[in-house]
Amino acid sequence: MSAPQPAVLAEGLTKIFGKFIAVDHLDLTIATGEVVGFIGPNGAGKSTTIRMLCALLTPSAGRAFVAGFDVVGAAEEVREHIGYMSQKFSLYEDLTVWENLRFFAGIYRVPRALFPERGRFAVTMAGLEGREDALVRTLAGGWKQRLALGCAILHRPPVLFLDEPTSGVEPEARRRFWELIHRLAAERVTILVSTHYMEEAEYCNRIALIDRGRLVALGSPGELRRRNLGGTLVALECTPLGAARALLREAPGVAEAAIFGDRMHVLLEGGGLDAAGLGDWLAARGVTAGKAQVIAPSLEDVFVRLVAGRRAEAKA
Amino acid sequence: MFDRLQAMLMKEFLELRRDRWAMFRLVVPLLIQTLAFGYAATFTVRHVATALLDLDNSQASRGLISRFVATGRFNIVDVATRASEITRDLDSGRATAAIVIHAGFARDLANGQTAPLQVNVDGTNSNTALIALGYISQIVSLYESEHLPTIRPVSTMDAVPAVELSLAERPWFNPGIEDTWFFIPGIIGTITLIQVVSLTAFAIVREREVGTLEQIMVSPIRPVEFILGKTVPFFLIGLGDVALVTAFGVLWFHVPFVGNPLIMLLGASLFLLAALGLGLLLSTLSRTQQQAFALNFFLVNPLFILSGFAFPIAAMPAWLRWLTVINPLRYFLVVIRAVFLKGVGITVLWPDLSAMALLALALLGLSVLRFRKSLD
Ligand SMILES: Nc1ncnc2c1ncn2[C@@H]1O[C@H](COP(=O)(O)OP(=O)(O)OP(=O)(O)O)[C@@H](O)[C@H]1O
Ligand SMILES: [Mg+2]
Repeated sequence: MSAPQPAVLAEGLTKIFGKFIAVDHLDLTIATGEVVGFIGPNGAGKSTTIRMLCALLTPSAGRAFVAGFDVVGAAEEVREHIGYMSQKFSLYEDLTVWENLRFFAGIYRVPRALFPERGRFAVTMAGLEGREDALVRTLAGGWKQRLALGCAILHRPPVLFLDEPTSGVEPEARRRFWELIHRLAAERVTILVSTHYMEEAEYCNRIALIDRGRLVALGSPGELRRRNLGGTLVALECTPLGAARALLREAPGVAEAAIFGDRMHVLLEGGGLDAAGLGDWLAARGVTAGKAQVIAPSLEDVFVRLVAGRRAEAKA
Repeated sequence: MFDRLQAMLMKEFLELRRDRWAMFRLVVPLLIQTLAFGYAATFTVRHVATALLDLDNSQASRGLISRFVATGRFNIVDVATRASEITRDLDSGRATAAIVIHAGFARDLANGQTAPLQVNVDGTNSNTALIALGYISQIVSLYESEHLPTIRPVSTMDAVPAVELSLAERPWFNPGIEDTWFFIPGIIGTITLIQVVSLTAFAIVREREVGTLEQIMVSPIRPVEFILGKTVPFFLIGLGDVALVTAFGVLWFHVPFVGNPLIMLLGASLFLLAALGLGLLLSTLSRTQQQAFALNFFLVNPLFILSGFAFPIAAMPAWLRWLTVINPLRYFLVVIRAVFLKGVGITVLWPDLSAMALLALALLGLSVLRFRKSLD
């Protein structure tokens, strides 16, 4: 071990189910202590990638190393060094909080002497003090989710894979969960976390955007916002939105038009319409439009652009 | 190994204890099935509706009739005076069997000649008819042996489809034992098999569906540890099943238990291991509880039919007989019936015990190999 080894290294990682390519030559390197967000639409291949990295699925091609261990050749060592929360973050519903912790401590062989302290830590972390003897089935989603995280780190793994840990949990609980993630990262735990929520992407050191099995973009939130748009983004209010989008997509100099709430985001690539002329152009075609303002792109704008761009390429 | 196994076992027992209906689901069907089989599924036929025509009306003929009545297995529903009345009784279904003692019965019996005795049975309920014929032939031959020389019953095909007397010598007909005695031991094997196979299969498939199995597979647990953790509780439940039904059979149905309980324990343990292996194998073949249910149904029925529980293996076509060789229930039934009713020991039963041990080894081995910690 000379150069500092990446916590996660994937090269050309591929998974094929029958004829369907779920993950397609994915390259990903994660440094120790990094929090990487894994973002992509439904069925993009997030869970499949995470399962390959956890040695739950065998890659069809490519290689991957987690904490320095080959996920194919040294699966058991990989398992010793990772914590994993599956998409269903499953606990035993008929067992109490403390019994669940004791069970997972048992199968991970947490030394008996260390368990009381680590168990307490997990209970505190989950905010379940005084409810150690409550059956898990009686807990609300946010507590279950934090308890599942507590169970996954009882053996103090250096690498954590969290598959949509915040899905179906209220915003306040989500915020608390991200605090926990950052506390762990501060202790140099490496975390790969998949999510559907765009605002959560902002909490990550880096974001990996995946679409239909391909890694489409990788970088820090700031980098992604700056890099990938290639034009000026403007926002304007207009009605009706649907007609406006259809018109704008055919308009000269417009690279992309997308609806965000009650507003239209339009990406202008220059050489055609500009921000000032947009309102009049739309009005001439029967769409009432407000004044167009140049805005800084959000991550969501970037993702829409990247994914839509890929869709267009695929069609062409 | 010990820590993980201990954790698995503790979890399983806690889950079982929390499941308020578990005891109900485990015990009640067992008792109901035992009762149902014990009372209903029996070859012992009582109270056969019988019509009687005594044309001899002698001391000898009345003696024979009293023998029939004394067994409690024949209800004399009609004492006829003419042959036509007998035919009418059988046709109308009022009687299942008819016994006609012809004139000259006593004289011929005294002379040592063939004494004419005619038995008609309603062949439409062939099972009852066959059994009734069996009883009649026994009673007659007993009477015959006491009043040597011979009376020979004559069977005729009269009015209704009748059955030849010789058919009563079917191999399964075992006049020596009460049929409940024959059935209860069989039930122990059958019910335990059904319960243990389905419990094991469903327990694992449920964890797969809920997602906890994925959480376990991602841990460094070894397949053996997981499988032991899953099977030990069901092994104990299975032993409980065996003990419960045995106690029920002995105390309620008064089935004699003449053999050595330790041999029974040995046989039951080997059998349960094989059943657990089957359940595990089934769970590796199903993704959802529905699939497990379908497979279970598909598997348990043939096991039951090809076990010799009700249908004699000797009477099966050769290729089916070969299939029974890999059926653990077949061997357990031999062991359990032998221990219960005959009290035979290892010297006689070792081939069946070894066959079960081999099957258990093969099935458990296969399921450990098949249970890989992978979702592929
Ligand atoms: N075992 C499998 N066999 C066949 N196809 C599969 C299997 N597992 C996943 N897939 C398919 O692979 C694709 C990627 O699935 P995956 O679960 O990795 O997506 P995801 O990005 O996690 O989506 P989601 O956000 O819905 O969880 C999907 O189209 C899915 O149907
Ligand atoms: Mg997923």
